Amino acid sequence: MSDETTTGLSHRKLLIWVFLGSDCMFFASLIGTYLIYKGSGVLHPGPADVFDIPTTSVSTFVLLMSSMSMVFAYAYLVRDDIKAFRIWMFSTIIMGSTFLGFQVFEFSEFYFHDDLSPQTNLFGTTFYALTGTHGLHVTIGVIWLGIIFYSSLFRNTVTSKTNLDLDLAALYWHFVDIVWIVIFAVVYLFGTFTGFPSS
Amino acid sequence: MSVEIKNQSNHIDESHSHPKPMTYFKVAMALVILTSLEILVFYFDWLGYGIIPVLAFLSIAKFAIVVMYYMHLKFDSKLFTYVFMSGLILATVVILWLMALFGWFV
Amino acid sequence: MTTIPFKLPLNIKLYRPVSPTGVWGWLTTVDHKKIGVLYGVTAFIMFLTGGIEAMLIRTQLIAPELKIIAPEVYNQLFTMHATTMIFLAIMPLSAAFFNFIIPLQIGARDVAFPRLNAFSYWAFLAGALIMKSSWFLGGSPNAGWFGYAPITTATFNPGNGIDFWIIGLQVLGVASLAASFNFIVTIINLRAPGMTMMRLPLFTWMTFITAILLILAFPVITVALIELMLDRTFDFNFFNTKAGANPILWQHLFWIFGHPEVYILILPAMGIVSEVLPTFSRKPIFGYPAMVLAASFIAFMGWLVWSHHMFTTGLGPIANSVFTLTTMLIAIPTGVKMFNWLGTMWGGDIDFKTPTLFAVGFMSMFLIGGISGVMHSFSASDYQQQDTYFIVAHIHYVLFGGSIFGIFAGIYYWFPKITGRMYDEKLGKLNFWIMFIGQNLTFFPMHWVGMQGMPRRIFTYDSGMGWAFWNGFETIAAYAIAFGVLIFVINMIKSWTGGKKAGDDPWDGRTLEWSIPSPPPVYNFRDIPIVKSLDDFWHTKQKSSNSNTKVKSKTKVSDIHLPQPSYWPLLVAVGLTIAGFGIIYNLVFTGIGIGIMLITVCAWSFEPVNEPDSH
Repeated sequence: MSDETTTGLSHRKLLIWVFLGSDCMFFASLIGTYLIYKGSGVLHPGPADVFDIPTTSVSTFVLLMSSMSMVFAYAYLVRDDIKAFRIWMFSTIIMGSTFLGFQVFEFSEFYFHDDLSPQTNLFGTTFYALTGTHGLHVTIGVIWLGIIFYSSLFRNTVTSKTNLDLDLAALYWHFVDIVWIVIFAVVYLFGTFTGFPSS
Repeated sequence: MSVEIKNQSNHIDESHSHPKPMTYFKVAMALVILTSLEILVFYFDWLGYGIIPVLAFLSIAKFAIVVMYYMHLKFDSKLFTYVFMSGLILATVVILWLMALFGWFV
Repeated sequence: MTTIPFKLPLNIKLYRPVSPTGVWGWLTTVDHKKIGVLYGVTAFIMFLTGGIEAMLIRTQLIAPELKIIAPEVYNQLFTMHATTMIFLAIMPLSAAFFNFIIPLQIGARDVAFPRLNAFSYWAFLAGALIMKSSWFLGGSPNAGWFGYAPITTATFNPGNGIDFWIIGLQVLGVASLAASFNFIVTIINLRAPGMTMMRLPLFTWMTFITAILLILAFPVITVALIELMLDRTFDFNFFNTKAGANPILWQHLFWIFGHPEVYILILPAMGIVSEVLPTFSRKPIFGYPAMVLAASFIAFMGWLVWSHHMFTTGLGPIANSVFTLTTMLIAIPTGVKMFNWLGTMWGGDIDFKTPTLFAVGFMSMFLIGGISGVMHSFSASDYQQQDTYFIVAHIHYVLFGGSIFGIFAGIYYWFPKITGRMYDEKLGKLNFWIMFIGQNLTFFPMHWVGMQGMPRRIFTYDSGMGWAFWNGFETIAAYAIAFGVLIFVINMIKSWTGGKKAGDDPWDGRTLEWSIPSPPPVYNFRDIPIVKSLDDFWHTKQKSSNSNTKVKSKTKVSDIHLPQPSYWPLLVAVGLTIAGFGIIYNLVFTGIGIGIMLITVCAWSFEPVNEPDSH
């Protein structure tokens, strides 16, 4: 096999970017479904009845900070500072899991306290499907980072030479973060804004 | 395996062209400020429909910052930008058009 | 998570299989040529099963008011016929060529991700088996190939048929996505030195554009199928009109995917024709840059026309006019391609071998299908044609006369390269003429009965409608097509086992795949070629008039480093299949399947690597 690539770019990095481009279509379809059904069918419980913006703001910050911690982990790995890499990696995983914890808390709050299930109305259906799919992406990301962390701790295979492995996981992780940026603005803030005239 | 070697030889350049942790921290602070602004304007009921462009601007800014710095598209090959942006732009256009067909913008 | 203890307590050493033989060799193969053959053979078997379904449909319609096939079974037959032909025959037959030919055309030794490529095949096989197993597991899907919700929801469609359809398509989608990611990276990143994008053979270009369309279109159908699956399995409300759901949403999501999908079906065939015509006309392709631009424009416009499948749903005059205009615009780049093919043949020294015949057949049939397409691109006229046999005629002209003829041209054209043997020219020509005449006699009268108002998807019709003669005629002609395909199968089996030796370059070809032995050695190119122009191989041959003087190769075969086989792609696909069946029957199996996938994906990534995707 010729080891040189035509463009000089790594196959795998190109692959992940093509994948992320494709994943844009995936999330766009879900967000599109949510917006198209916004305000149809049984209206209550609706976004304004269930969302607690302060709580979700905290989990949004947690996810944003996990992105920062992710780039730190990468920056230290490139400098072969394995110890700092492990610390930031661990903190990324913790923050990712915290975000998932918030989501579980939020879902159970909606489900048990606000009587909003996916079966209740179109809002429940589209909301759980959209945020649940995002949560699934976060879960896959946590598992992926977990495997790299594990490899670093017990197999010692993560070094600056294999920084590409981490780079791919990091790109995926940031992508999941930017999807949340959109969901937070569109679903949460726009969905519960009380200033719209006579809505 | 020469690509790996290439990566290694680039690696010194990368730590120059790639932002330092301090830059990453500044970016994170910018993200925090933008998010805080988002949450702040959320409580300005007097904005009315004006909230839509404001929220759109703030979240697009956050989106762009993360993609450019954290996903280092700004420092990487333009090809990655083309690949990603084509998916992103197509997704946006198609979904906006779909929403228009469902009577969103009339 | 579950994956961490997997390596922690057990210090498993993973071994990769080293050059296994026999069945094991095929199961673990990562060689793009073997995978291409697997794709081709499997997809052709699926093509035959879809053909049997078509013959049953035609037999039921041979005369009015027949009861050979029950209405419920008839619904399943036309649904499975279309689903099979589109997802299990045309797409994977094209994928077979992508696999076999692309690395050879760009001068590479394999694709960018050989194991992912193997996984694509196994996932395709899994999807095909899930889809087809529905015949034996209580009934097939019965709502047409576009499965309009809410008619596919559990309320209106109980039973497992639609679940098989959802899961089958979902698994096939995974296979197609994985393959397309792979080919995009391969074509961008594994071109031989000097092979710039504008020196790529047109088949490679069309593959590239198809793959881009595919990775952008399939996520949309994936979401739509997930929504339908959630509705059916977990009582979500996406398509539950009682909860206020919009019955048009599915149609929109489906056709946002579905329209690019029809270009996914036709562009590879266009690519094959663009290879065959220059070779057999002994002229370079006419207007190469225009061909590339036209295809890109078609691909782009394919995103802006989806609602022309929905003119009769009442989108209103503005939307209908806009989609009429965008749809008509597509005729322009298609016309550009048509004229370029004609320009290629014009003044050429045309050799009417079987591939040429099929390529010219493709052009003429696709032209007719294209013109009837322009007829119903006009929304006012579409109101009369929607859901009649006119549409059936149109789609069979573009997909059978178009895609399948193109694919047959490709099979005949590359048969000597793939097998090392020559097909039987006489049988090939007989095959073409029977299929060509049969195709026109079968599908052309459908325009007329369609115009007279015969709706598609009815299991029988009244004898007083005046459709009886042409329906009987169409059925007899359809048997002729089946006979033509039988001749093709005989030709393939006979020639593959005992055909004449073909030699490296039987057609005096233009592209790199003809510069290596037939069948190609496992490493493809002993020396990676250096490309200096479009059709470089042709020009090289022209310069050295004594074409037998071969430059001595400096590369030792033993030094060529090839990816090793692996069993993980197969095992991941097994996990995927179990998870898929679990959604239909019992979610416990889904859990088990996902567990298997997690473990096998980890094992895959920990596998000792010695291949290009280790970068």
